[in-house]
Order: sequence, then C-alpha cells, then structure tokens
Amino acid sequence: MIAHALIFYLLSSVAILSSLMVISSKNTVHSVFFLILAFVNVSCLFIMIGAEFVGMILLIVYVGAVAVLFLFVVMMLEGNFVKVKQGFLQYMPFGFFIALVIFFELIIIIGSWQFRPEFIKTAKIAYDVKETNTVQIGKLLYTDYFLPFQLSGIVLLVAMIGAILLTFRRRDNLKRQDILKQSSREREDSIELVDVESNKGVKVND
Amino acid sequence: MIEITLAHYLFLSASIFTLGVFGIFVNRKNVIVILMSIELILLSVNINMVAFSVYLQNITGQIFTLFILTVAAAEAAIGLAILVVFFRNRGSIQVEDINSMKG
Amino acid sequence: MLYLILFLPLLGSFISAFFYKKIGDRTCQIITSAFVVTGAILSSIILLETIKTGKVYEYPILNWITSGSLKLHWSIYVDSLTAVMLVVVNSVSALVHIYSIGYMSHDPHKPRFMSYLSLFTFMMLSLITADNFLQLFFGWEGVGLASYLLIGFWFKKESANNASMKAFIVNRVGDLGLLIAMFLIFKTFGTLTFSEVFSQAADQSKNSIKIFGGEYNLITTICVFLFIGAMGKSAQILLHTWLPDAMEGPTPVSALIHAATMVTAGVFLVARCSPLFEYSQYALNLVAFVGATTAIFAASIAIVQTDIKRIIAYSTCSQLGYMFFAAGMGAYNVAIFHLFTHAFFKALLFLGAGSVIHAFHDEQNIEKMGGVWKKIPLTYALMLIGTLALTGFPLLAGFYSKDAIIESAYFSKSLFAGYAFVIGLTTAFITSIYSWRLIFKTFHGKYNNTMSFEKVHESGPVMLIPLLLLAVGAIFSGYVFHGIFIGENTQFWGKAIFFLKQTAHEHPPLWLLILIPTLVISAIPLSFILFLKRKDIVEGFVNNHKPFYNFLVKKWYFDELYNLIFVKSFRGIGTFLWQRGDVKTIDAYGPDGVAKVIKNLSDRASSVQSGYLYHYATVILIGVILIVSFLIII
Repeated sequence: MIAHALIFYLLSSVAILSSLMVISSKNTVHSVFFLILAFVNVSCLFIMIGAEFVGMILLIVYVGAVAVLFLFVVMMLEGNFVKVKQGFLQYMPFGFFIALVIFFELIIIIGSWQFRPEFIKTAKIAYDVKETNTVQIGKLLYTDYFLPFQLSGIVLLVAMIGAILLTFRRRDNLKRQDILKQSSREREDSIELVDVESNKGVKVND
Repeated sequence: MIEITLAHYLFLSASIFTLGVFGIFVNRKNVIVILMSIELILLSVNINMVAFSVYLQNITGQIFTLFILTVAAAEAAIGLAILVVFFRNRGSIQVEDINSMKG
Repeated sequence: MLYLILFLPLLGSFISAFFYKKIGDRTCQIITSAFVVTGAILSSIILLETIKTGKVYEYPILNWITSGSLKLHWSIYVDSLTAVMLVVVNSVSALVHIYSIGYMSHDPHKPRFMSYLSLFTFMMLSLITADNFLQLFFGWEGVGLASYLLIGFWFKKESANNASMKAFIVNRVGDLGLLIAMFLIFKTFGTLTFSEVFSQAADQSKNSIKIFGGEYNLITTICVFLFIGAMGKSAQILLHTWLPDAMEGPTPVSALIHAATMVTAGVFLVARCSPLFEYSQYALNLVAFVGATTAIFAASIAIVQTDIKRIIAYSTCSQLGYMFFAAGMGAYNVAIFHLFTHAFFKALLFLGAGSVIHAFHDEQNIEKMGGVWKKIPLTYALMLIGTLALTGFPLLAGFYSKDAIIESAYFSKSLFAGYAFVIGLTTAFITSIYSWRLIFKTFHGKYNNTMSFEKVHESGPVMLIPLLLLAVGAIFSGYVFHGIFIGENTQFWGKAIFFLKQTAHEHPPLWLLILIPTLVISAIPLSFILFLKRKDIVEGFVNNHKPFYNFLVKKWYFDELYNLIFVKSFRGIGTFLWQRGDVKTIDAYGPDGVAKVIKNLSDRASSVQSGYLYHYATVILIGVILIVSFLIII
C-alpha cells in the first residue's frame, strides 16, 4: 500500500514536471525528450495499476514511433530556426490565467463528485483477477468492438497515405521506371531504317 | 493520503491537461511544440480512461484508450507531414509566421 | 387598295431595315421607291374616284383598344380631305425616294435612309387615314420619331444631333397640348372617334369646363389645346425654333418632312377638326392671329438669312402661317388647297436647292454662289418655276391658293381679318423679295466660290426627273384643282370639312385682283436692283440700322430667349436633382450607403480572422471555460 503510494507520487510528479519542461524548454529537442519521459512515467503508472497492455502499447507507439517521428522532424527542421521574436511574453499572463481557470474547474469537478459519492473515495483496484489484462482486452476488442477496431485500422491507413502524399515530391532529375510506358513501346517508336549512301554517313538526331 | 484513490489519478490527469492547454498558446516558438502539447492533452485523457477503467473494473475504458492512441498517432503523422510541407514552401514553421488564413 | 397604300411603305421600311445585307443597297432603294410609287399611283386613283363620286372609304383593320368605355378601332378612313393628303404625301414621298437614290449616292448608309423615309411615309399615312384621335396621335408621334431619326441621320455631326433633339423636344411641347385636348375630349365626349365627337360638337358648344378655378368654354379649351399641338408640329411662332435647325438633315428629308408633309399635319389637324373649331370663334381668332404673325415673322427672317436651306425653311414656316390664318378665317378648304399646292412647289424648291448644293459640292451659303445659271440650266429653270409658284406669279400654283387666302381674309368678318389681310399682302411682297434674292444670289452675279468654276455640274437624271414632275405639279396643280377645291358651290369636300357659316361667294373687287400680282411682279425688278445691281443700297441700310438687322439675323432672338428661360433653368433643375437628389441623397443613403456599411462591418469581421493559431486556440478555450463554468454553476 505504502509502496503503491510512494511509487505513484514519484512517477506522477516526474510526469507533471517533465510535461512542464515540454512546454517551457528552449530547445525543441529537449522538449521531445521530456515528452518521452512523461510518456514513460505514465506507462509505468498504467502497468502499476494493472493496465499492462495499454501501458506497453503506450510505450511502443508513443516512445517508439511518435516520439521518434517528432525527433526526426525536429532534427530535420531545427537548424533553420531563427531567434524567437520579441514580445511573445505579452500573452503569458492571459494564457496563464486561462490555464489556471481550467485547472481549478477540473479540480472543482473532481471535488464536487455527484455520481456515486462514496465511489471516488472507496473504489479499489481489483488485484485478484482470473485473466490477465491482455486476455480481457482481446476478448472484448475482437468481439464487441471488432468494427471500430477495423475502422481504426483504416484511419491509420488513411493517415499513412496522407502523410506520404503530403510529403511526396516529384523530382525531374530522377530516372524512374514507367511500366506502362515500357510495355506499350512499339518498334516504330524506336527504330528508324535509313538508306546510307556510301562515303556520306548518317546524321543522328538525338 | 497514503491510500491512492481515483481522485489522485484524476488530479494527475487534470494537471497534465492544464499544462498541455497552457503549452498551446503560451508557446511562440514553433508548431512542433504545439503538436506535442496536443499529445500531452491526449495523454491526460488516456490517464483518465485507464484510471476509470481500472477502478470500475470495466475493460471498455482501456479499449477506448487504444482507439485514442490510434487517432493520436495518425494525427501526429499527418500534422508532422503538413509541417514538413509547410516548411518546404514557406521556409519557416514559426507560429508567428503562420497566418496565411488571415481574412 | 387602301391596305396596299398604307402598308407597302411599312413593308418597304422593314425589308430595307432588316434585310439590306442580303439584298444589297441598290435593291433596297428600288424596293422602297417602287412601293411608294405604287402607293402614289393608287392614291391618285383614289383621289379621282373621290372627286367623281364623293365616296368615303372606311375599312377597319383591327380592334385596337377596348378598356372600359374606351373602344378604339384601327382603321382606314378616307374622305376627300384624306384623299388630298394621300396624294400629297405619297406623290412627294415617291419623288423624294427616287431623288434620294441620286442625292445619297455617296452615303454609306443608304438602306437605313430609305428605311427611315418609308417609315416616315407609313406614319404620315396612318396619321391622315386615322378615324380617331388616338390613331392620329400614333401617326403624329410616329412622324415625330421619323423626323428625329432623319434630322439626326448624320449622327456623327454634333449639330445634327442637337437639331434632332431640339426638334423632338419642341415637338413634345405641342404634343402635350394635343394630348390634353384628347383627354378633355374623352372626358367630356366619352369617345375619341372623329365621327362621334363631331356629331356631339353642336350639343356641347354651350358647355363649359372648370380648370384651376376658372370657367372656360369647353369647345374653346379643346380647340386651343388642339391648336397648340398643331403649332408644335407646324412650327408656328413660339414653337417654330426647331424647323430651321431641322435643316441639318439631308435635303430630301427637308423636302419631304419639313416642307411638304409633316409640318402640314397641323393644318390637316385643324381642318379635320373643323367641326370643333367652327363652334369656337375665340379659337379661330387665335389660329388666325398666330398664323398671320408667323407668316410675317418668318418672312422677315428669311430675307436676311444666307443659308439656302434655312431661307426655304423660313419660307415654309411663313407659308404654314398662311395656311393657318386661312383656316382661322374659316376657309379650311383654302388652307388645304394652299397645303396641296405648297407641297409641290416647296418640295420642288427644296429638291432644287439640294441639286444646287450638290452642284456646289455641299456649299449652302448663298453668298458663296452666283453666276452659274448657264452652267446648270435645268436646275435653274426648275428653281425659277418653284420660285414663281411660291411667290404667286399669275397662273402658277401659288397664285390661286395665295390669292384665295388673301381674299378669304378680305371677306372675313372675324376679329383679325383686317390684320390678316394686311399681313397677307405684306408677306406676299416680302416672300417675293426674298425668293428672288435667293435666285439672284444663287444663280446670277459674280461667281463667288473658292471651288473652281468648272467643277460645278448638273445633277444626274435620277435627281432631275422628280424635279421635273414636281415642276409640272407646281405649274398646273393650282389651275387644275382650284375649281374643285375652292370653286363656288363645289361639292368635293362633302362632310370632310364643316362650315357653320356659309362662306362668302362675292367676287373680290378688281383692285384686289390686280394688286396682288402687281406686288409680286414688282418685287422682281426691285430685288434685282437691290441684290444684284445696287448692293450698296442694301449695305447702307444694313449699316444704318444695325440693331434691326441683327434682330432679324438672330431670328428675333427666339433661340437666345428660350435658352435663357427654359434650357438653362431646366438644365439647372436637372443638375440639381442629379447631384443633390440622386447622387447625394438617394445613392448616398440607399445602395452606396448600405454597401459602405456592409463593407465596413465585414472589414471588421475579417480582422477577427488574424490567421494566428493561438488566437483561435484562445477563443476555443475561452468557449470551453464558459461551457464548463456554466455546467458547474448549474
């Protein structure tokens, strides 16, 4: 129990601090690293309370794929950044105020819990489950949520196609293979028969 | 205090959400940080989902987390692609420079 | 037959206007001319028929307007009056059509010209064949339109455009009078058909009408307004200013419209409405007074003008004055007779002038002509005949009609009879002087033009043959027709012209019969001396009486006066309404203002769209906060 509490406080405080660093650090690469740190902490928390599958997936997807993608892009574009323009801090108080208001409203919502009042204080994590988390998810996902699952696959596919299309650039100086062109090529297109007079030679146009 | 309840997780989620929101419009450096802020917001939503799922002993929350994760990944991929194209065309991804939608 | 007469010109006009590209210039000219010539021949047959049998033709064409108690037919109504007009209009028009083939041979827009001419002929025919006031008004406006188009035919000439506009606008003043008269007739008589109106005239003659508090005799009011209409169309004094300017149009147009036909429409109207005028001595007095005044006024101007066409135009004006005062004396038949003869010799003069202008290559100033009578003998002879006829040389056309007019004034017992008689005699004398001045300056004396003398040439046969025919008319029309038109006990007019009092049939005293020709003939040597042999007398007179001379040259300052009173003030009002009323009030608060406000608002709205991401995010978040707060508070 105490270990649970200690680890929770440790992980969550690190997560909050690293989130703060994400938005405040001057170097974008550092921001990315702090983002990874926050994700790792949160996934640890997930694993700790028994949602191992989601935790691991979070690690793999975010840390393995998204964050690395961010890193790539940051590295690619970073060198061209110019200095931050003057006067950007003038919005700071206002943004801070808005964030504060949101935060307190969320706290108020948590504090003034109306739905099953005892639940938020007394609910316990069930440690003694018969099936592992992954099995439970699999049983639900491939039955009740099968169609949404397929749909999310299509979303990913579309996102992939979109990303490729967006960044695709046709370069003129590259030689490409055009299968249609190759197979529809006729003899007349490429061969010309010329009667060559002796001692005159042929002028080749190319 | 010792007993970690749902409220603690919700508090954590609220903090990260607020930081994400704060990051969106305090940030003036580049759009990538804004994208990362959005990732933070989605993360806080995921925390909420998982926490409720665990404390309610209802696995559906975690399944929705998976979906949110999918969407977040797609969003990140598309967003970054747009950024790259934008940078290629305009030579800058500073937030201050992105105002071609000005009326 | 009558249908053919009426609609052939319209058909010709249509063909020439819309198919000239397919059939070519020459075909257009031939078709229109042939149609009108056919019309002329047919109408002479009709006139002969009318003279022989006194038949009245009445053919309905279609039911035109049926609205409440207003029922109007479109129909052809031909009595002796119309038959005379038919002959005048169609024969002059036919000759002018042929003449213009030659005259317009260098113009690039021949089909358009022929089309307008035919259109005019149709309109004039529908005016004179009308059996009700509205159809008459249609023709009335139609000839106005055709006149506008033809005066402005050379639309690249600024002065021609102005002249056509002036003619149109001045005519509108008269038309307003005619319209008011029509309204009054419909209001009180309940019909616009001639026969019905005229049959009621006697009953209505004692009635009166209230206008602006005053009480006036009904018939008199109607007649005065009718006469205002006639004044506008026939260029009587006060509304005469457009006629001289109308000479900007091609010369055939001047001959057809502004001498022979359209301008006589006013006289026709008065004669047609004789059953009304007979009941209003007041209106007749007005007609006589205006006619007589115009006669001498126009003649006095004609004597100092130097533009050959303007001289003839003022002469026309003066002769129209003759016709009106004849009508004012109650001698409508004499007026129509003068109209008839006048059409021939005035058209002859105009076309002859056209031939002269042609010979001099578009020179119109008589001071720059002279000495060419041997060079263009035919034109000279024809102009001479026209002049003799105009001045009333014995046995020519003008002699019979003009004498008859002056005699009618002599015998009349109306208020202005003496005035008209004196003016008639004086004007006859002045007419003679200025006509001979025209002849002498144009054909005799020294050659005064910068163009080489050899280049002056006679016109071609296509122009001379119509002139010859007109000359025949100018010589014989008076002699042949005076018995029929104004002879004693003639039955020709039948019911077409109404005489309340029997006209006098006394024989004029011998001194009067001798006096008129004497005056006319004595003017020949007089003007020969004044304008050819002893120019110093005229010059001396002019120098001694400069203001008087200028008064005449400036046409009694009518144009200047009208400019000052009407044109400037209306222009001022128009400018005021345009600048203040339209631009600054209606536009500023109306469309422009609304557009400005909307543009302003949308500019502000679009400035909200800054394009910055964090602005949008801020707004979204503020919205989120508001919604959440709302939910929490609830």
